[in-house]
Amino acid sequence: MSLEKDDVEKIAHLARLSIDDADVPGYVENLSNILRLVEQMAGVDTDDVVPMAHPIEASQRLREDEVTEVDQRERFQRLAPAVENGLYLVPKVIE
Amino acid sequence: MTGKQSARGFIDMQWEVVIGLEIHAQLACKSKIFSGASTAYGALPNTQACAVDLGLPGVLPVLNRQAVVMAAKFGLAVGATVARRSVFARKNYFYPDLPKGYQISQYELPIVEHGSLEIELEDGGSKTIGITRAHLEEDAGKSLHEDFHGMTGIDLNRAGTPLLEIVSEPDMRSAREAVAYMKKIHALVRYLEICDGNMQEGSFRCDANVSVRPKGESAFGTRTEIKNLNSFRFVERAIEYEVERQIHLIESGGEVVQETRLYDADKGETRSMRSKEEAMDYRYFPDPDLLPLELDEAFIESVRQTLPELPDAKKARFMSEFGLSAYDAGVLTASRELADYYETVVATVGGEPKLCANWVMGELLGAVNKAGLELPQCPVNAHQLGGLILRIVDNTISGKIAKAVFEAMWAGEGEADAIIEAKGLKQVTDSAAIEKIIDQVLADNPRQLEQYRAGKDKLFGFFVGQVMKATQGKANPQQVNQILRQKLQG
Repeated sequence: MSLEKDDVEKIAHLARLSIDDADVPGYVENLSNILRLVEQMAGVDTDDVVPMAHPIEASQRLREDEVTEVDQRERFQRLAPAVENGLYLVPKVIE
Repeated sequence: MTGKQSARGFIDMQWEVVIGLEIHAQLACKSKIFSGASTAYGALPNTQACAVDLGLPGVLPVLNRQAVVMAAKFGLAVGATVARRSVFARKNYFYPDLPKGYQISQYELPIVEHGSLEIELEDGGSKTIGITRAHLEEDAGKSLHEDFHGMTGIDLNRAGTPLLEIVSEPDMRSAREAVAYMKKIHALVRYLEICDGNMQEGSFRCDANVSVRPKGESAFGTRTEIKNLNSFRFVERAIEYEVERQIHLIESGGEVVQETRLYDADKGETRSMRSKEEAMDYRYFPDPDLLPLELDEAFIESVRQTLPELPDAKKARFMSEFGLSAYDAGVLTASRELADYYETVVATVGGEPKLCANWVMGELLGAVNKAGLELPQCPVNAHQLGGLILRIVDNTISGKIAKAVFEAMWAGEGEADAIIEAKGLKQVTDSAAIEKIIDQVLADNPRQLEQYRAGKDKLFGFFVGQVMKATQGKANPQQVNQILRQKLQG
């Protein structure tokens, strides 16, 4: 399986990545190579293998339901380009 | 097709409605699903949004045990499989109230699968609704679209709030059935104490998938999804509107488009959310920040031990143990608080379950509803009401006087006994005293007495009334009837 130019542009858009037109052929080639590698691996018989969800053989640790965080709004909002009345401001996104 | 009536006619005759619901229940945890920030409602914007909730670089989500326990509890309560192994996945999309660019949810391996719930139908029958799955996920933040100089304001306090998304099979065939199912889930999550069920605050809301197909057809029609319905009434109205819209569309030669729609409660209609230019492509994949969640038998068994008696079982018990009708038992088990209240009343009285049921459903719920209160805020507690009913049972006061005592208790005038004492409401049960009063009444009304004896039976009530008036309602009614009958015959 190999990707077309359109696929790469769609993937970039979904990831909100801006890419130069001149770079697209290179991405098409690189990403297609990855898919070919995956295709090759798909040829291995894995019928008896349980798919793994994580490379580490361990299970999730749980935390107790306790409030441990304090309000650090002032600190966090110093990172934001625009705030008002405690809200983060972003470009308008009404439907 | 013009009016509503004709549309309904079509549904009955030719069209079958198919509905599935996705209910989002906010889990009643103190802290968020993956962080130690508070979930308390109504805090100032962004004061409960920590580094994890904000998706700052380098943070690691750690799963809240209580959220897992609650999800498992729900699964066991609907007879579902609680997965020994479930996996968290990233659902990728961009929206400003989702700072990470993905929502942590569960996709291929949810924590709960294959459950079901029985709903009661209007015709008295029942129907089983399949529950496909229920999975844990985090809520997003809130976008405020008021004008901030052409910008949108974002409050991330809600980001990371633990949700259980409960997905039904497309088993419902009318808006009424959908509402019955939603109410049943609502009662259940409150019984289980895993969700406060507060719909105004958005703790319990649903999306409805609606399609229609010609009767007899087995393939599903194209469905639309109505988002974020936060009241039972809106669910019913939105589905009814949407069904009519789809039928009208098909009958006039059009086609239903698969899309997400919003219900506009003011206009009573659904409208298309301008479809994002991309068809939703969430590119789910296992979240590398979270390991698979593994639950062993001991854990699941320990959760099972905490299950309370569930609504259906409680209803059945109320019918068999207390001899209540299906209707009464249904009303009294509609919420756990009410059922507990009723049982406490019965225990206080030490019996008389039917009398207690009448008082709880009649005077108490009447007063609660009239005052616009919820049961926990009710000024008369179950022990106090039981204390009042005891005085009816032991003949200290009549049922009629008891209503006046109840009103006084509601107004905060104290316990039943104190009110009865202070107002001198004790029933007169001394037959000699009652006899004396009856003699007086008969002597004062010779004309009526003559008419009665001449065959005007209806006047019996008049005499009872006179006796009650003379005793300010305090004479024991049974005794009055009995003695009066004897005297009148004589």
